[in-house]
Amino acid sequence: MEKLINEFSIGLFFWMLVLFVALVFLLRKFAWKPILDAVETRESGIENALKAAENAKLEMQNLQADNERLLQEARAEREAMLKDARELKAKMIADAEEDAQAKANKMIEQAQAAIEGEKKAAMAELKNHVATLSLEIAEKVVRDELSSKDKQMELVESMLVDAKLN
Amino acid sequence: MHRFLGHYYLSDMQNIFSLKTICLLFVFVTTFSFAKETKAEAGENDIKTEIKEYIDHHLLDSYDFSLFSYTKDNGEHVYVGFPLPVILWDDGLKVFSSSKLKHGETVAEVGGNYYKSYHGKIYKTDAEGTITYDEAHHPTNVKPLDFSITKNVFTILIVGLLMFLMFGSMAKSYKNGALPKGMGRFLEPIVLYIRDDIAIPNIGKKHYKRYMSFLLTIFFFIWIVNLLGLTPLGVNVTNNIAVTLALALLTFLITNFTANKSYWGHIFWMPGVPKLMRIVLAPIELLGIFIKPFSLLIRLYANITAGHIVLMSIIGMMFIFKNWIGSSLSFGLAFALSLLELLVAALQAYIFTMLSALYFGQAVEEHDDH
Repeated sequence: MEKLINEFSIGLFFWMLVLFVALVFLLRKFAWKPILDAVETRESGIENALKAAENAKLEMQNLQADNERLLQEARAEREAMLKDARELKAKMIADAEEDAQAKANKMIEQAQAAIEGEKKAAMAELKNHVATLSLEIAEKVVRDELSSKDKQMELVESMLVDAKLN
Repeated sequence: MHRFLGHYYLSDMQNIFSLKTICLLFVFVTTFSFAKETKAEAGENDIKTEIKEYIDHHLLDSYDFSLFSYTKDNGEHVYVGFPLPVILWDDGLKVFSSSKLKHGETVAEVGGNYYKSYHGKIYKTDAEGTITYDEAHHPTNVKPLDFSITKNVFTILIVGLLMFLMFGSMAKSYKNGALPKGMGRFLEPIVLYIRDDIAIPNIGKKHYKRYMSFLLTIFFFIWIVNLLGLTPLGVNVTNNIAVTLALALLTFLITNFTANKSYWGHIFWMPGVPKLMRIVLAPIELLGIFIKPFSLLIRLYANITAGHIVLMSIIGMMFIFKNWIGSSLSFGLAFALSLLELLVAALQAYIFTMLSALYFGQAVEEHDDH
């Protein structure tokens, strides 16, 4: 302790105090203040930029959500439209089929009626033909049969025979 | 006084002190083992006393900036360096060059008065330079008030100038953009560290700006000065009790002049304890105001001085051993210790700044509860 007091130098203490206080004030004016201010400005700048980026990100997310929703809606609408169209198509096909069936049926009926008529006409004509033909044949046969006396006699006789039998 | 200082600076400095103790023990062990061989050698005691004197001399301040000295064959001491101005107040201002003192070898005659330097101090003497001693071998001559620009003052000036240039140029580099250029790239993280990890956590966001100039200056000042002490220039500013006292005094003054009501309230009339305890606590707390900065000055002084003594002793050991095992061992030890001292240089600056910030924080703390 005594050695410490002996070693203590007032001059050094005085200069140290004066020089250090001067150094603190000088550095405060020319170094610390500008340095700390610059750093603070930079930090607040960085913070603001980060905040802005965060906001932009949020906005972007909102925008994306909106887009997604719009897309979803559009998809649903298209789906509905497609469904309607499909139904319409089926209905149209069904209608057309029904129509065609009805027409076909009608045509078939008409055809059948026409065929029936034709058939009757043809039958009537056939009958006439057959009657005429048989009369002609019968005339020819009779004429042929009755061309000679003998034959006439023979016929009469055979008829008589038949008649007798009856 | 030493006793209650003990737990203040030993508690956080124990590690470094114990490391130094281990190094010292190692040195002693090696000294004993080699003692047998070297004892017989002539002139060994001369070297030992010379080393001891050299260390003592190194730890003292000096009136000139001597880089090294050697002794010629004819016994003449040659000092390489340059003189510094001596400023005395002895019935008027006396200014003369330290070259007149010739390292205490001659008497300087200035304006009819005679001065002689003896063990790093200037005494007033007669024309022959006689110094009278008391029983304890202390000079009884008159010591004039000494405001000389000594080696330490000169170093402080140089460090101040260096810091001004370094940080001035760093501040200027911000004008061209948000990022510093050159030296600022290295210094900015340290400045930010002091702001974000020392000032703000200890003092608080509200008040820290007032103390930043002091904290930054004191950190870089102690650090640079400690580092300079490790160079072969042989300057050692922070192992002067006057320097550490001046620094601690500033911490003390700033703490007490910026303190708020709550701080004084906690010292003189501690809230939340019984009335009788408050009366008992007041003198203890009052003593604490002085002990806190006192621990600062002793801690810095003791650490740097111890480091210098141990390091120089080990370097001196190389010349005592004079054999390749001992000397190279000493060299290795000195090298390892130098690395440790590099750490201590930064650590002491950090601790001084940290504790100053802590005291400032206590002074401006606002207590809502209790």
